Amino acid sequence: MAHAATHDHHDEHHGAPSNFFTRWFMSTNHKDIGTLYLIFSLTAFFVGGSFAMVIRAELFKPGMQLVQPYFFNEMTTMHALVMIFGAIMPAFVGLGNWMIPLMIGAPDMALPRMNNLSFWILPFAFALMLSTLFMHGGGPAGGWTMYPPLSLQSDSLAYVVFAIHLMGISSIMGAINIIATILNMRAPGMDLLKMPVFVWSWLITAFLLIAVMPVLAGAVTMLLTDKYFGTSFFNAAGGGDPVLYQHVFWFFGHPEVYIMILPAFGIISEVIPTFSRKPIFGYKAMVFAIASIAFLSFIVWAHHMFAVGLPLGAEIFFMYATMLIAVPTGVKVFNWVSTMWGGSLTFETPMLFAIAFVILFTIGGFSGLMLALVPADFQYHDTYFVVAHFHYVLVTGAAFAIMSGTYYWLPKWCGHMYSEFWGKMHFWNSVVWVNVLFFPQHFLGLAGMPRRIPDYNVAFANFNMISSIGGFLFGASQLIFLGVIIHAVFFSKKKAPDRVWEGARGLEWTVPSPAPHHTFALPPVIHDDELAHGHVED
Amino acid sequence: MTSGGIRIKAWAAAACALFSSAVWANPQPGQLNMTRGVSEWSPEPYFLNNVALGVCVVIGVLVFGAMFIAMFRFRKSRGAVAEKWSHNTMLEVVWTTIPVIILIVLAWMATGGLVSFADTTGSQMTVKVTGYQWKWRYDYVDYQGKAIDKVGFMSKLDEQSNDTRQLRSGLDPHAVKVGDENTYLLNVDKPLVVPVDTKIRFVITAGDVIHSWWVPALGWKIDAIPGIVNAAWTNIKVPGTYRGQCAELCGQDHGFMPIVVKAVSKAEFAQWLAQQEAAGKAPPATPATPASPAPASTAAAPATAQAAPVATTSGKRG
Ligand code: HEM
Ligand SMILES: [Cu+2]
Ligand SMILES: [Cu+2]
Repeated sequence: MAHAATHDHHDEHHGAPSNFFTRWFMSTNHKDIGTLYLIFSLTAFFVGGSFAMVIRAELFKPGMQLVQPYFFNEMTTMHALVMIFGAIMPAFVGLGNWMIPLMIGAPDMALPRMNNLSFWILPFAFALMLSTLFMHGGGPAGGWTMYPPLSLQSDSLAYVVFAIHLMGISSIMGAINIIATILNMRAPGMDLLKMPVFVWSWLITAFLLIAVMPVLAGAVTMLLTDKYFGTSFFNAAGGGDPVLYQHVFWFFGHPEVYIMILPAFGIISEVIPTFSRKPIFGYKAMVFAIASIAFLSFIVWAHHMFAVGLPLGAEIFFMYATMLIAVPTGVKVFNWVSTMWGGSLTFETPMLFAIAFVILFTIGGFSGLMLALVPADFQYHDTYFVVAHFHYVLVTGAAFAIMSGTYYWLPKWCGHMYSEFWGKMHFWNSVVWVNVLFFPQHFLGLAGMPRRIPDYNVAFANFNMISSIGGFLFGASQLIFLGVIIHAVFFSKKKAPDRVWEGARGLEWTVPSPAPHHTFALPPVIHDDELAHGHVED
Repeated sequence: MTSGGIRIKAWAAAACALFSSAVWANPQPGQLNMTRGVSEWSPEPYFLNNVALGVCVVIGVLVFGAMFIAMFRFRKSRGAVAEKWSHNTMLEVVWTTIPVIILIVLAWMATGGLVSFADTTGSQMTVKVTGYQWKWRYDYVDYQGKAIDKVGFMSKLDEQSNDTRQLRSGLDPHAVKVGDENTYLLNVDKPLVVPVDTKIRFVITAGDVIHSWWVPALGWKIDAIPGIVNAAWTNIKVPGTYRGQCAELCGQDHGFMPIVVKAVSKAEFAQWLAQQEAAGKAPPATPATPASPAPASTAAAPATAQAAPVATTSGKRG
C-alpha cells in the first residue's frame, strides 16, 4: 500500500527500485514485504469470505437448494483453512513486518532475504491448496481439524498436507525473523520494558509459532504416511489410535488460536491509549498477562476433546486449566477499560473497532468460559454454540483488531488520510451485521443444531435465516473496507501528518508519512517522553 | 386487552423460550436456551449453563457498563482532559481475586456433575451403539441381569426426510411430519426403544470413521470412535420420543444420520423386547447385518466419499 507514491516524494537516494518486478518480487524491504503480506491477507479474506457466502446461502432455509453435501463440506473446510492460514495469520505478519522495525527503531528486519522467502512461499501454498477444489474427487472435506480416519478418505490429502507444510515453513521463518529482529535490532535505549505492547505480543506469539508449527507438521505427516505408506499411527486396526491425532493436533491447535489473538491484544493496546490520550493502564500486567496466556495455552488442548471419552482425571485437569485462562484474559479487559477511564476520548474509526473488539471479544470469552465447564460442554460441543464462540473471538476479535490496526496505521503507510466517513460506515455496518450473523448461532447451538451440517430441521429455520441475512450483509460491508483502502492509497488528497493521531506515542510517529523506503538508517535517539511506555513503574 | 397485558404475555413467552421445561426436550422453533432434558443427569448441564450464563451476564453488565460510562463521561468533545495515572495496585489485586473466586465456585459445581456422569456402575441394562457412515446400529446386550440374544438393528434416516433432502428435490421440509411435530432430518426408520426409570449403560464405538452420539434430552454426547469403546449412561424419567443427531463430522451425509430414542414404560419395553427376541429366533431373522437396504446416501456423491478401509457391514453407494 506504500505504492508508487513513495518514490515520488521521498529519499531519492535511497528510494524503492523503480522496476516493478524488482521492487515487489525481489524485495528485501520490510515495508514492501509487509504490504505484500497485507494484500495477500485481504485477498484471502475475500476468497474465504466467498466460501462462507456459499455456506450461508445453503443454510438460508431448510432443504438442499444449492450444493451437494460433499461440496458443502469442502466449503466449510476450505473456509476455515483459508481464513486461519491465509487471512488472519498473514495479516498479523504483515502488520508485524511493517510496524515492528518502525516501533523499535530498527532499519529493517534482521533477516531480509528470508523475509522475502517466507512471504513468497505463501501464494504457492495457497494455489496448491485451492487447486484441489477443481480436481477430480474434490478438495479436502473433513474439516480444518482433519481428524482421521475421515480425512484419510480424501484423495486430495497429499496436496493439502504439502500446502500445510509450506505454510508452516513460512510461519516458522517469519517467527524466527521477528524474534531475531526484536532481540537484536532495537535502537539503543529501547529496553525490553519500553517496547510497545504490540511488539511484546508479537515476540511472545513468535515463540508460540516456533513451538507448535512443527507439531502440526508432524501430525499431518503422520496422516500422509498412514494413507500412503502403510503406517498405522491413527488406525486402530493396525494398533494405532485415532484419538492420538486429536491430542497432537490440539497441542498445536490451542496455541494456534492464541497465535491469532495475542497480536490482536497488542494492536488494541496501541489503539486504545492513543485515542484515550492516556498511557495504557498496567503496562507490565499487560505484558505479563500475554505471557501467562501463552504459557497456559500449552496445557489446555484437550478442552477440544471433552467428548472423546477422556478419563475423569484428564477432564478435570483440562477443565481447571482452561478456566484459569479466564483470569489473565479478564485482567486485559479490565486494563483496557481502565485505560479509557479518566482519558480524553475521541472516536475515530480505529478506536471504534477497538471498542467493539473489547466488548465482542469479551462475549466470545464468556462463551469460552461456559464451554470450559465439562458437563455443559457435553451439550455444547460440536454445535453452533461453539461456532458462535469462535467467531466472536476470531471475527470480532482477531479480524476487528486487524481492521482497527489497518485504519490506525494506513495513513503512515500511504501518506494520506482515509475517508473517516466511509471508515465509520464500514465500522457500523460491520458491527451490526456481524452480531446479526453470529449472535443467533448461540441459540441454534443451545437448541441442538450440530455444526458442519448442510441442512437442518425446520425448528432451526428462523435463526438460520437471520444469521444468513447478517452474513450476506456483513460480507457486503467488507467491500466498503476495500473501497476505503483503495481510495486512501490511490485517490485521497488529504496529506497525513507525521504524528497522524494527536494522542499517538512511539517511534513510528516520528518518521514522515508515508514512511520512506528506508527508515532509521541511523538509530534514533530515544526520548522517554516520546514513547508510549517510556516511564514504566508498574 | 391493555398493552400491559400484551407485554406480560410477550415476557412470559420470552421467559419460556429462555428457560424451557421438560416439554421442550426436542428442538423448538425460536428456542433460546438449552433443554433441561428428561433424564436423571440432564439437569446438570442445564443448571451449569444457566449459572454460568448468569455469571457472565452480571460481569458483562459491570464491565460494559463501566465502558459506556467512560465513553460518555470522558469524551474529548465534552472537554475531558486526560489524567496521568496508569496503575492502581489495589484495583488490580481485586479484579484478579474476584474472578478466581467465581471460577473456583463454578469449577466445584462442574466437577460434581462430571463425577456423577463418569459413574456408569450399577446399570440395569446395556446397549451397544455403533456408528457407521451414515447410520447407527443398536445392539441390546443385557437387561436386568440377563443377556439378550440377537436383538439389534440398523437405524437410519426415514424415507420421507431422505427424499426431501435430496438436492433440489422440490419437496417441502415443512411437510415432513409425525402428528404435529416436524421431524425433517430428525426421524429414523427404527428408533432405539428403551425403558424409563432404568439406568442404561451405553457402550459406544464406530465401524468406519468417528461419529458422535448425541440426544440433547439425555444431556450429553460422546464420540463413537473406531477401535475404541466409550461408555456413558442415562436414566430417562419421562416416557417420550427424543431426537438427536450425529455430532462429529463423518463425511458427506453427516447431517443425515439422526438418532431417535423412544422411552417407554418398563412393561411396554418388556413386551417389545420379547417380540424382538422371538423375531430374532425365527428362521428369516432380523438380519444382524442387513445386506441389501440402501443407506441414506446422497445420489451423485463424488468418488472420494468412499468407505473407510475398515470393513463395514453395510452396503454403500457413492
Ligand atoms: C477465555 C478464553 C477462552 C476459553 C475459556 C475458550 C474455551 C474453548 C473451548 C472449551 C472450546 C472447545 C469447545 C468445544 O469444541 O466443545 C473452544 C473452541 C474454540 N475456541 Fe476458544 N476459548 C477461549 C478463547 C478463544 C480465543 C481467544 C480464540 C481465538 C482467537 C478461540 C478460538 C477457538 C476456536 C477456533 C475453537 C473451535 C475449534 C474447532 O473445533 O474447530 N477461543 N474454546
Ligand atoms: Cu482451545
Ligand atoms: Cu456424523
